[in-house]
Amino acid sequence: MFDYATLKFLWWGLVLFLLTGFAVTDGFDMGVGALLPFLGQTDIERRVLLNSIGPHWEGNQVWFITAGGAIFAAWPLVYGTAFSGFYFAMMLLLWSLFFRPVGFDYRSKLENPFWRSVWDWGLFAGGAVPPLIFGIAFGNLFEGIGFRFGPELHVFFSGSFFNLFTPFPLLSGAISLVMVLMHGAAYLVLRTQGELRRRAVRASTGFGVLLGILFPLAGLVLQRFVPGYRIVSGDDPEGLPNPLAKTVVRVSGGWLENFRDHPALWGLPVMVYLGIGLTLWGTRKNHPLTGFAGSALSSGAVIVTAAVSLFPFVLPSALDPSSSLTVWDCVSSRLTLFLMFWSTVILTPVILFYTGWCYRIMRGPVTEEAIRDDRHSLY
Amino acid sequence: MESEGLVDLSRLQFAVTALYHFLFVPLTLGLAYLLVIMEAVYVMTGKVIYKDMTRFWGKLFGINFALGVTTGLTMEFEFGTNWSYFSHYVGDIFGTPLALEGLMAFFLESTFVGLFFFGWNRLSKFGHLIATFLMATGTNLSALWILVANGWMQRPVGARFDPVTMRMELVSLWKVFLNPVAQAKFVHTVSAGYVTASVFVLGISSWYVLKGRNPDFARRSFRIAAAFGLASAVSVIILGDESGYLDDIGQKTKLAAMEAMWETEPAPASFNVFAIPDQKNMRNDFVVRIPYVLGFIATRSYDTPIPGIREIVRTNEARIKNGIQAVTALDRLRKNPSDADARKTFDATQKDLGFGLLLREYVSDPARATPEEIHRTALATIPRVTPMFWSFRLMVGLGFAFLALFALAFYYSSRNNWENKIWLLKWSLYFIPMPYLASELGWFVAEYGRQPWSIYGLLPTSDSVSALPVSSVIFSLGGFTFFYTVLLIVEIVLMFKFARIGPACLQTGRYDGENPAVLPGTSSAAYPERGGHV
Repeated sequence: MFDYATLKFLWWGLVLFLLTGFAVTDGFDMGVGALLPFLGQTDIERRVLLNSIGPHWEGNQVWFITAGGAIFAAWPLVYGTAFSGFYFAMMLLLWSLFFRPVGFDYRSKLENPFWRSVWDWGLFAGGAVPPLIFGIAFGNLFEGIGFRFGPELHVFFSGSFFNLFTPFPLLSGAISLVMVLMHGAAYLVLRTQGELRRRAVRASTGFGVLLGILFPLAGLVLQRFVPGYRIVSGDDPEGLPNPLAKTVVRVSGGWLENFRDHPALWGLPVMVYLGIGLTLWGTRKNHPLTGFAGSALSSGAVIVTAAVSLFPFVLPSALDPSSSLTVWDCVSSRLTLFLMFWSTVILTPVILFYTGWCYRIMRGPVTEEAIRDDRHSLY
Repeated sequence: MESEGLVDLSRLQFAVTALYHFLFVPLTLGLAYLLVIMEAVYVMTGKVIYKDMTRFWGKLFGINFALGVTTGLTMEFEFGTNWSYFSHYVGDIFGTPLALEGLMAFFLESTFVGLFFFGWNRLSKFGHLIATFLMATGTNLSALWILVANGWMQRPVGARFDPVTMRMELVSLWKVFLNPVAQAKFVHTVSAGYVTASVFVLGISSWYVLKGRNPDFARRSFRIAAAFGLASAVSVIILGDESGYLDDIGQKTKLAAMEAMWETEPAPASFNVFAIPDQKNMRNDFVVRIPYVLGFIATRSYDTPIPGIREIVRTNEARIKNGIQAVTALDRLRKNPSDADARKTFDATQKDLGFGLLLREYVSDPARATPEEIHRTALATIPRVTPMFWSFRLMVGLGFAFLALFALAFYYSSRNNWENKIWLLKWSLYFIPMPYLASELGWFVAEYGRQPWSIYGLLPTSDSVSALPVSSVIFSLGGFTFFYTVLLIVEIVLMFKFARIGPACLQTGRYDGENPAVLPGTSSAAYPERGGHV
């Protein structure tokens, strides 16, 4: 039904969709986690914050897990290369994520203040560290990763953990963190009341403005200081995937080439600003749902903008540019792409349906009274 | 190619993280369905005690579930971080069930676990039961998909090798899904989970009876666990036997190692009850055997011989020689895909390509391998026999002990006189750790017994690893061990605490020992720490 090249392209879209789903859903609960010790001054306030995401964070996190599984199935070379190439970063990511399931479930089971404080900071780490690492990793894609393939596609690495922290990736990490903080705050405006809600409004405004400043800065740095990648020969979208068949060169300003070739793509960064605008307006003018939708829009648009600049590259290699992985040569067989495409297309609406139902059941602000009434079973 | 020790450390890390993960999975699998049963009784009878049971056992479920999720996260990414060549070589097939697991199982489980805990006052009775059911179904579906993936590592069906992409590629997802090894493993594994949860509920309920607390609550919990456990123990044994039968078809090496069977015996082979295997000389120093039994179990016939280890080594020597041709032909094909002669040789020998790859772990140039090196590689295709032999026997012994426990628990609970059978109550209580041990042993037999392969017969474990510096893996292994151990201790402390408090922690006013000033969370005025083992 689809030819191989089309399927490869569609899979780029699907991976992007899953990552965007992750940022839009898990993004806000990570944001709430990262804001927890600051927005919540008292224990009961912190419990309000926790319980606003209590029923949802677990399902949200599955976007991340499923994106991992889907990348394994559809882009096995990316799965094997990126996660081992970012080994220390992956370990930090996993270990910080460990604090979430236990933090949520265990924190309020004991009343000892030290116990609760430990888990609060654990939840802070579980909310703040992952977006920072994702951002830094994403930024490193633009600079290229130190890997190359052997003749039988064994992957070899050079470079160390500390090479990851160069200026552009740090900027990109900051953008990712700020985006998540804005999104978490916008969510809290929707689900809290009173003083907590006022703090959330202030936070979403502040982080929204900050995102509006940092985002174009990244574009400028990319244009001026980070050379892009360009395939000069040997790429064959229709062919069997073989990452050793092409030749790639580095081109100054190359990461903005797609925007030059297709000016309509400038709509994407515009959407980032549209989203920020809606967030500021909605949270301040008492349209919290619009505010939340706005922050979701800008989070999604940031990710899509970055992915579009990289296209068709997925994992550029700084060590051997021709070993870079692209959407055409990092993929699974046609049959696997085909089966998994339809599985995802059929199952996703079902997932969205019952997830939406769950949010509907749990809708409405979480109040301090509700926590006091049910303090032994809520988070 | 890899630095010294990398393969062993990577294996150790995988073993540690997977075995830790599987300390939490079985209880989740089984307790989820016990919650469904309890809540269904509540919905049908309207008796509120069943709601309390669902909520109390649900609380313990939650404490365990949190660590299942924590340790499960690692598993989803560890193939990529530490087994990058494996990921490339078989991701086309292996990644598919993992992705489907996310789409079909994890979303379901994780969305409805939220409603299970937070939806009591927001859903109708029936609506909440549906949420619990979907959560339980999600957990069990995830077991299905991960065991489809693992079944394929044990018996790779429905796939072929492609020399251009240099990897295995999917031919039939249907065959991968219906892989008999996967299906038998799935039922065996979830049944083991049901056994774990049943012993857990049985044991804690027994403790309440021993302490004379919440008799009605304990009685009803005990009865449900006894019935569910009995059915599960039968299922775990039958499907375990089916797995043994399938090993004879798919993994004769594992079967021979498990049974310490060095020689091919005239059919039907005898079963070694006790043996002291001597791997070096390929014989057993001391052996107690029952004639004919193994032949019937493993082949389901009286005239099919089961190959012994010596015969398997000889067969594998021939396969390694074939594999040498496959590796060299592949090398030529990779350089020149239109080399017709190489193509022909490769097609004729590619079923033994894995053995050629295995040889390469011992000799740099397979084409010049000496008969001595080939023999050594063939010996390396046999896993260590002693740990296999004893792990398997301990697991099976525990399986029958569970069956006996549940049969007696069921019998006495149906005659209503179990509460004064102190020995039965104590047996139930002290047996709580045993299903965990049995599960871990089962995984050990399955995974250690597949060595030296990560994909049986196709891809050597040593060729599957990520080429990381050894120091990186030492660091991560240390980190995982530290985090998991701390979290496990925290989990056990909470589990003991809430099991001790019992249904009183729900603060419904219906249970022994409720003291609103003390709960939630603070210990202990009501229940001093001494005495109990729960």
